[in-house]
Amino acid sequence: MARFVIEARPERSAWAPVQVALLALILTCIGGSVLFIIYGVSPLKGLDAIFIDPLRSTYGIGEVLLKMAPLLLIAQGLAIGFRAQIWNIGAEGQLILGAIAASLLAIQFEGSTSPLLLPGMIVVGMVAGMAWAGIAAFLRAQFNANEILVTFMLSSVALQLLYFLVTGPLRDPSGFNFPQSIRFDQAAMFPILIPGTRVNASLFIGLFVTVVALVFVQRSLAGYKLSVGGIAPRAATYAGFSSKRTIWLALLISGGAAGLAGVGEVAGSLGMLQRNVSPGYGYAGIIVAVLGGLHPIGILFASALMALVYVGGDFALLSVGVPNAVTDIFQGMLLTFYLACSFLLTSRIRRITPEAIASEAPAE
Amino acid sequence: MADAPPLLRLRGITKAYPAVLANDAVDLDVGTGEIHAVLGENGAGKSTLMKIIYGSVRPDAGTVEWNGSQVDIQSPAMARELGIGMVFQHFSLFETLTAAENISLAVSGTIPELSRRIREASARFGLDVEPDARVQSMTVGERQRIEILRCILQEPRLIIMDEPTSVLPPQGIAKLFETLRKLASEGIGIIFISHKLEEIRALCDTATIMRGGRVVGVCDPREEDARSLTRLMIGREIARPRHGAERGDGHPVLEVTGLNHTPENPFATPLRDVHLTLRSGEILGIAGVSGNGQDSLTQALAGEIETPDDRGSTVMLEGKAIGALGPYARRKLGLHFIPEERLGRGAVPIHTLSENSGLTTYHRGMVNWGFLNLGRRRKLAAETIERMDVRCGGTESTAQSLSGGNLQKFIVGRELALAPRVLIVSQPTWGVDVGAAAAIRQQLIDLRDSGAALLVVSEELEELLEICDRIQVMFRGRLSGSVPVRDTDMDHLGLAMAGDFDALNSSQTMKEPALG
Repeated sequence: MARFVIEARPERSAWAPVQVALLALILTCIGGSVLFIIYGVSPLKGLDAIFIDPLRSTYGIGEVLLKMAPLLLIAQGLAIGFRAQIWNIGAEGQLILGAIAASLLAIQFEGSTSPLLLPGMIVVGMVAGMAWAGIAAFLRAQFNANEILVTFMLSSVALQLLYFLVTGPLRDPSGFNFPQSIRFDQAAMFPILIPGTRVNASLFIGLFVTVVALVFVQRSLAGYKLSVGGIAPRAATYAGFSSKRTIWLALLISGGAAGLAGVGEVAGSLGMLQRNVSPGYGYAGIIVAVLGGLHPIGILFASALMALVYVGGDFALLSVGVPNAVTDIFQGMLLTFYLACSFLLTSRIRRITPEAIASEAPAE
Repeated sequence: MADAPPLLRLRGITKAYPAVLANDAVDLDVGTGEIHAVLGENGAGKSTLMKIIYGSVRPDAGTVEWNGSQVDIQSPAMARELGIGMVFQHFSLFETLTAAENISLAVSGTIPELSRRIREASARFGLDVEPDARVQSMTVGERQRIEILRCILQEPRLIIMDEPTSVLPPQGIAKLFETLRKLASEGIGIIFISHKLEEIRALCDTATIMRGGRVVGVCDPREEDARSLTRLMIGREIARPRHGAERGDGHPVLEVTGLNHTPENPFATPLRDVHLTLRSGEILGIAGVSGNGQDSLTQALAGEIETPDDRGSTVMLEGKAIGALGPYARRKLGLHFIPEERLGRGAVPIHTLSENSGLTTYHRGMVNWGFLNLGRRRKLAAETIERMDVRCGGTESTAQSLSGGNLQKFIVGRELALAPRVLIVSQPTWGVDVGAAAAIRQQLIDLRDSGAALLVVSEELEELLEICDRIQVMFRGRLSGSVPVRDTDMDHLGLAMAGDFDALNSSQTMKEPALG
């Protein structure tokens, strides 16, 4: 009888994260099929609705690209922090702050046609996201407060702040009491990229940040310091890399990227500030970062996949009639299966043939 | 003796791991009352063999006979039942419990009853242990004696001692040997693992020498000399390091006065009023049993612990106060440090050798405008591998894929390439095989001869006596005055390591030829 053994990988494998992500995707499809069967839907039709159907039309592709932009931005920022073992899980809050700050600028300069308005919104949105994450950085660096808890709780605070603003000071006076701001002017909006879709230029920011992240991670001294600090803190101390700097840098980068995503929402598909600025992009971004193996290119693919699941969930609701909670379930399965398989990043499974057993271990 | 079966007989023991054949058809016989050395470099397969005897690893092939009948030792519990005990190199004692309480966790009986048995065994085997004292207040030697007592009270017929002397000062070693001889005289077999040849020649009846997983020789170590044992152990001769002439014209480079430091960790040893002067062109050795403050000292010198001068202490590098500078700033001034832990501190385990070259060198033209010069980094790694004869798959091998000795050669080479003016080295050859150790020592001496100042912290007195010009001894956070190497020896250093700093200089008491 052949048998399988799990053993440590002797060398670092560049392809292991890809293999693990694909394995997680396959397992998710299997798990999803089981759910579709239980729900009385043909698994093929269900999977088709989620993974294939959105790509059949320009509109569908546009929606996928639209949702990909914020996921890509958030995940690139988070991954840089995660590599340094700084766990910012409050990107949702930082996104909201970015959205609020950009909206304040847009509302303040209502009627302006200045070409500087949108760049200004981008800057203040990014700074606001950084500042929100900076609170967690300060508390961690000065008082060793756990950044996981602080960033997470600050997300709740950010949400309440948003609710207060859209139901109070920023509410559109002529908006029939809907909890939303006035509609932004054209000068405060990202231009549409593909006619007939909602894809806008904020996707370029995501792609640009991806390139920056790639250079930062692979080429910059700061990126190198962050990864040393994350993998081997004692080596970072030995080399003289400041751990406080690491904390600040990791949180400011991820907060800034999430803030940019917030700008992309209000100045993109929404065109205003409203209660549901984000359908959980800040949390989905965590999954994208992990699923992409914390690698900028991996994250590019992972964000496309997650965006596809978002859009596919809506398609599945319409075409095969499953509740759109299917989106959350598929996202959850992707992360769960990835983590379950992640031991394969450092280990490998080797098949031992009967002959090898005979020569290696006759005692057993 | 020829008729009776030996206590333990191993035949053809083989154990393969994915990358290495740890044991290859190993035979071993240990008789009653025999002290049997198992000698070999790191990675020779000693540990695997002991784990097989103690039941924590199952062999792929081969037989184990115990008292003449074949057994299959499936677990440490079963080994203990058979009468096989093991004293590990790393202790497993609860600091907050007393000696008797610790022993009661492994041996049945009430505390008063155990205390009585402990006192009996202590007296019989010369193992001073106070049963009611708490472990946290004990020295390393005392802790080891508890481990041995715990083993003895289970009435074993065979005791495996894994590198027991590596944690002891010389006097402690002599005492341990007395105990082991007494145990042997009562018919207990002892397997003694070590790579220290002199100890084995002083203690053991038989030596089994292993190399690359195989037994390469069985001999009576008392009839061999250190040279022939070394040749068996590593398969070739090792040259003694060559010293340049004493210079005597060195000027003070690193001066430490009145250094005090209380670490955040309450179990770490604080530094108390430490003074030292390091001159150019010399190697200053810091001797001492580990845990006496050496870690704090090297960290304070390297800058990992900052000691601003306002606390009454000064650390001066060529006349400049550096107490408030971190490791990076000190490295820019030419002060480098090689820590004792290679994986995780001296090198990042999952990073490649290329990436690890950058750890301490990024201020030397490795970075342009914040961007890493990858080509230059790879070139530095390649040069280091070449110059230090690092055995590895190339610059893109991960640090963790190298053996301890090869990684240490790489780290030493990386720091030497920067031509340090002051080099602090902690345990330069700890866990490194004999061949690599000799190469590393020679590199350190060559650096000294070129005019640099070196401070070497080591637990191995032979090493310090071999390479140093002067030695200071560290005990409970204090540092003794310095003594030239020619004016001291193992015995006097041993006394100083136990706290008697006055005994350090042998020329003031009696002159004895230094070992080595």
